[in-house]
Amino acid sequence: MVNACRPLSLEEALVMRSREATTVFAGGSDLMVRYRQWSGVTPDFSGTVLFVGHLPELQRLDREKDTWKIGAACTITQILQAQGIPDHLKLPLLSMASPSIRNVATLGGNICNASPAGDTLPMLYALDARLTLQSRDNARTVAIADFITGPGKTILAADEILTEITIPPGDWPRVYYKKAGTRRANSISKVTFYAVARFDGDRIADIRMAFGAAAPTVVRNPAAEALLQNIDKNQVPAWLETLTTHYADALRPIDDLRSTGKYRQQTALRILAHFLRRELA
Amino acid sequence: MKIKLSFRLNGESITLATEPLKRLLDLLRDQLELTGTKEGCGEGECGACAVLIDDRLMNACLVPAAVLEGKNIITIEGYRTTAQFKILKSCFEKAGAVQCGFCTPGMLLAAEALLRQKPKPTAEEVRAGLAGNLCRCTGYNMIVEAVLLAAKEGEGLWSTPVGL
Repeated sequence: MVNACRPLSLEEALVMRSREATTVFAGGSDLMVRYRQWSGVTPDFSGTVLFVGHLPELQRLDREKDTWKIGAACTITQILQAQGIPDHLKLPLLSMASPSIRNVATLGGNICNASPAGDTLPMLYALDARLTLQSRDNARTVAIADFITGPGKTILAADEILTEITIPPGDWPRVYYKKAGTRRANSISKVTFYAVARFDGDRIADIRMAFGAAAPTVVRNPAAEALLQNIDKNQVPAWLETLTTHYADALRPIDDLRSTGKYRQQTALRILAHFLRRELA
Repeated sequence: MKIKLSFRLNGESITLATEPLKRLLDLLRDQLELTGTKEGCGEGECGACAVLIDDRLMNACLVPAAVLEGKNIITIEGYRTTAQFKILKSCFEKAGAVQCGFCTPGMLLAAEALLRQKPKPTAEEVRAGLAGNLCRCTGYNMIVEAVLLAAKEGEGLWSTPVGL
């Protein structure tokens, strides 16, 4: 028998979390599919479902100077429609799922689902997003790369809720995102690539690159990024081979029903080459 | 476990008892006998079960009953009483945008959601707005044409709410 709680405040939700094992339900676009049964039969959630999508504490969307603080239950649509939201945050969200799913899916849900193919994750890794995890008596902040430990696995404790995603300030005039999938809308990515860069004249002042669906968790390689620092952008193609080697070792894509490891590896590296040769210069 | 739930459905206030995780899709079709909302894939991919909840397009297969408290839901049965529907219906007919008709209720509500945001969309914007709705008959061109035609023939109509 399924129990369900719809708390009226975050405080109440955290009390529930501290008392029993619960499944946190924000938008439900992943959970309703994971636990679906036959038509006409109620989805088979076991244990207690804790609805948090409606909580005002998780719906805040604030800009403090140039830091964005996004409530974990903000939907993708809410984020896309927020005043002043920068392009480097918008780009991956615009091609995520479909309008109807963006209206329910939440940023916090995409993170906690921890799918290797999570469409917001490469962006969040590249931008060094930080997550606030709150329990009844405590709150801690962790880097997203430390939060997700494997496919579907995170360090979220049984009594914690992800409450807020913090995007540190960053001016990124160059932003690039590529998603390979079988359909423009709604396909679960075969492989994705997200990159941002900032220039000082023709020199690369800062660059971040991240691959999704190409390993158990998002792949970012700070050593490879550092190689490009202060390089004249016209010299980048000369670094392509070295960078390809760096990333080829880090990418460990799998075979599954959507694609093969070989296709993913090759496509990921081709997108990288395209970005460095054509998009960055 | 059943919960008591109150919401607005097609302009009427409704209170009922249901399981908290029952899908809105099953609630509509089985409990409320509103079968205009179709089940295609049951996992958010096809848009056949699209409805408007608080003016936003959502797939009824992904929405459990518990989140409906206090919401305003519009299904195709309610939408067909509006002026916007009449324009879309006539344009879908003119453009030949209906074949088997299974995707049509979802397509119409997706078109409504799109036109409300972008009353004068480009063809590319129509395709993006309907991207979550699958049609296996038409090849989409007629549907895109129908929505573009509706934007023209119903000019001014999508700046006002549907009135439900």
